[in-house]
Amino acid sequence: MSSSNPLRDPADRRLPRIAGPSGLVIFGVTGDLSRKKLMPAVYDLANRGLLPPGFSLVGFARRDWENEDFTQVVHDAVKEHARTTFREEVWQQLIQGMRFVQGTFDDDDSFERLRDTIDELDKAQGTGGNFAFYLSVPPKSFPVVIQQLRRHGLADQSGGSWRRAVIEKPFGHDLRSAEELNAIVHEVFAPDQVFRIDHYLGKETVQNILALRFANTMFEPIWNRSYVDHVQITMAEDIGIGGRAGYYDGIGAARDVIQNHLLQLLALTAMEEPASFDADALAAEKTKVLGAVRLPKDLGRDTVRGQYAAGWQGGAKAVGYLEEEGIDPKSTTDTYAAIKVGIDNRRWAGVPFYLRTGKRLGRRVTEIAVVFQRAPHSPFDTSATEELGQNAIVIRVQPDEGVTVRFGSKVPGTSMEIRDVSMDFAYGESFTESSPEAYERLILDVLLGDANLFPRTEEVELSWKILDPIERYWDENGTPAQYPAGTWGPVEADDMLERDGRSWRRP
Amino acid sequence: MKTDLTDTTASKINKALVQGRRASGTPAVGMVLTLVIVTDEENAYDALRAASDAAHEHPSRTLVVIKRVSRSPRERTQSRLDAEVRIGADAGTGETVVLRLYGEVVDHAQSVVLPLLLPDAPVVVWWPVNAPLDPANDPLGALAQRRVTDTYACEEPVRELVARAESYTPGDTDLSWTRITPWRSMLAAALDQVDCRVQSVEVEGEAFNPSCELLAMWLADRLDVPVERSASSGPGLTAVRMETDCGPVVLDRADGSLATLSIQGQPARAVALKRRETAELMAEELRRLDPDDTYASALRYGVNRLSTPPKGAGGRSLGTGAPVEATAQAPARDTAREEEPVRKAATT
Repeated sequence: MSSSNPLRDPADRRLPRIAGPSGLVIFGVTGDLSRKKLMPAVYDLANRGLLPPGFSLVGFARRDWENEDFTQVVHDAVKEHARTTFREEVWQQLIQGMRFVQGTFDDDDSFERLRDTIDELDKAQGTGGNFAFYLSVPPKSFPVVIQQLRRHGLADQSGGSWRRAVIEKPFGHDLRSAEELNAIVHEVFAPDQVFRIDHYLGKETVQNILALRFANTMFEPIWNRSYVDHVQITMAEDIGIGGRAGYYDGIGAARDVIQNHLLQLLALTAMEEPASFDADALAAEKTKVLGAVRLPKDLGRDTVRGQYAAGWQGGAKAVGYLEEEGIDPKSTTDTYAAIKVGIDNRRWAGVPFYLRTGKRLGRRVTEIAVVFQRAPHSPFDTSATEELGQNAIVIRVQPDEGVTVRFGSKVPGTSMEIRDVSMDFAYGESFTESSPEAYERLILDVLLGDANLFPRTEEVELSWKILDPIERYWDENGTPAQYPAGTWGPVEADDMLERDGRSWRRP
Repeated sequence: MKTDLTDTTASKINKALVQGRRASGTPAVGMVLTLVIVTDEENAYDALRAASDAAHEHPSRTLVVIKRVSRSPRERTQSRLDAEVRIGADAGTGETVVLRLYGEVVDHAQSVVLPLLLPDAPVVVWWPVNAPLDPANDPLGALAQRRVTDTYACEEPVRELVARAESYTPGDTDLSWTRITPWRSMLAAALDQVDCRVQSVEVEGEAFNPSCELLAMWLADRLDVPVERSASSGPGLTAVRMETDCGPVVLDRADGSLATLSIQGQPARAVALKRRETAELMAEELRRLDPDDTYASALRYGVNRLSTPPKGAGGRSLGTGAPVEATAQAPARDTAREEEPVRKAATT
């Protein structure tokens, strides 16, 4: 790419950031993620004019498909799941660069064919040797695919071109396995060419945490231990484990969600202001705050794990976790996890961060609630403020993205009576529909080489350092508490907060 | 919900807006801007529809100012304001007030609009047709941070461009400029792919389409090379040919939707370059409300500095080798685009 393109001007803000000549290779292209998220995201990007002319999409899977079968599958996936409307001319542009390579991960021939395909695309589509390899494959296949890429020279960058690897969670299941995985990947791809997808970070609301905190003056002065009482970060799902028994059993909610999504949200909520908005500065601050996370002394008292039992979820009967198909009836895997952590720094000393996640909870919601201390003195008598709770700022990550501010207000009428009210900013109302899907943003960032929204090796390893002692404690002590499906988790979790004189927000 | 108010005032309209919001149960005002559309009765419907489509992306209070023509001296001395207030399902995601001005108040539209602007939020004024020559000094334009005109809808687009350049004030913008964003972005992407110096450029498109001139001026301004503007039968822009020191780079769009990008030594590639609806243009226009310096710079380059092909040269252009300045044109609206423009004289 020429660096001095006279048509590019930073002041020209209408021109979108278009990725340079490049292509995307998806391993495991027949999977759900690929069909529901990746293919539609590629189309949406093309439709928004953000992909370079000649952009190529290569599918790699075991299926015995021709290029035409593959295009048909992409076509159906796009029609069904794409965010933007289907337009024939965009489709015509895309299919010219679509190829399918049939093969298994241990088959050398198929990787040779993949290399030939990439060479052919460089000639026919002008992709310039720039390819990102998206590994949408089970964790156990990571090493073999990475090794195959190396063996067949597919990871070699030559003549100014780039090769990048995109990997999905889980990034290991504890610190040791994460380090092993990182070693395998980094042996083949340089650390700055490895992109770990945490799709939460691609969400507009999550990026907005930074805007909210650092672009405004009214929040940051109170964003510290002098005013904040505690922080609750919740990610609740209403579904059970579905067909993921094989993956989920033995992993559990804490490894599946807290290690990556919730600790990333915690880092963004608690970190100091980065020196700039570039990847290095952001990672530095996130690493710093994750390194300052302190676990409670008594893990039995300040952590809770649970398993959903049979019950009713939203009007439908749900079976318990242990009765799910493919689950060992004696399994101790957690489908609910709540932990309390502190952050050892001047800003947050003494402020507890409560993280919880679970399946088969009341409804699907992800939010960060910063709950403030009560006013130090109230001139009103107690009966006037009986219904006044604590002030709170709630960042709603999904669904219904937005920010709620809760504060007290006088109830209209003669006597002085103060009650909680909430003020609401909804993305859906203020900017609707233009919000791109997380995967769109993240795929574009991979092609642009912009690593802002991707957790780094150190962050992943630090997160495991936080979670490992808890998992170890759980392995050795007790069993998961049971909670009926469709409720907000086990009573033990409520007790855990009650001991601190607090209570969970009902999201 | 829809409320009709006859012979009314701005404060009554405000009251109706608050009542309407209460009634529909959404008292919070989440709107991000006020969009004022100044139009005649004939174009009001299309403009409002485009605005409400665009409002899906930018929930706004839309004020449609319709200046009614008075047909007798008696009518002209009387003055009346009618309003139609739409809230909730009738107004998409925002609020819409259609204001019909009769008689003397036509000349004082800003007095009606000013009390109806959302507090603090930015104001955008859009003239789908008949934009004033100096938008920033128009009484309504003066209320706005951003003034959107459309030279495509003018009788003499090229002369209009000259006037716009003279009166340019930061915050001015034109839909003819918005229309070429995909072209500009594709051309920039094309130059990303090669490492060559551009030596000359030809921009080809239908006559009387100011987007061609704007694109040509932008290229001339950025590349600092001679740019030729030639005419074809359209639709819209049809081709940009860049001669570089390593061969031609051509972006060719014959059918108004799928274009071909050919670069010397590289395979020809199809790229989607669809002509966009007014709603999409408005949505893009409302995305950023800061001054568009690139537009200013392109506009100020000057139409006169573009060259036109010598008469009778080449077979590309349609017939006359259409001059840059011509004097008449069919009324340009979406439906009229495919029409052969009426040409009178060639005065270059």
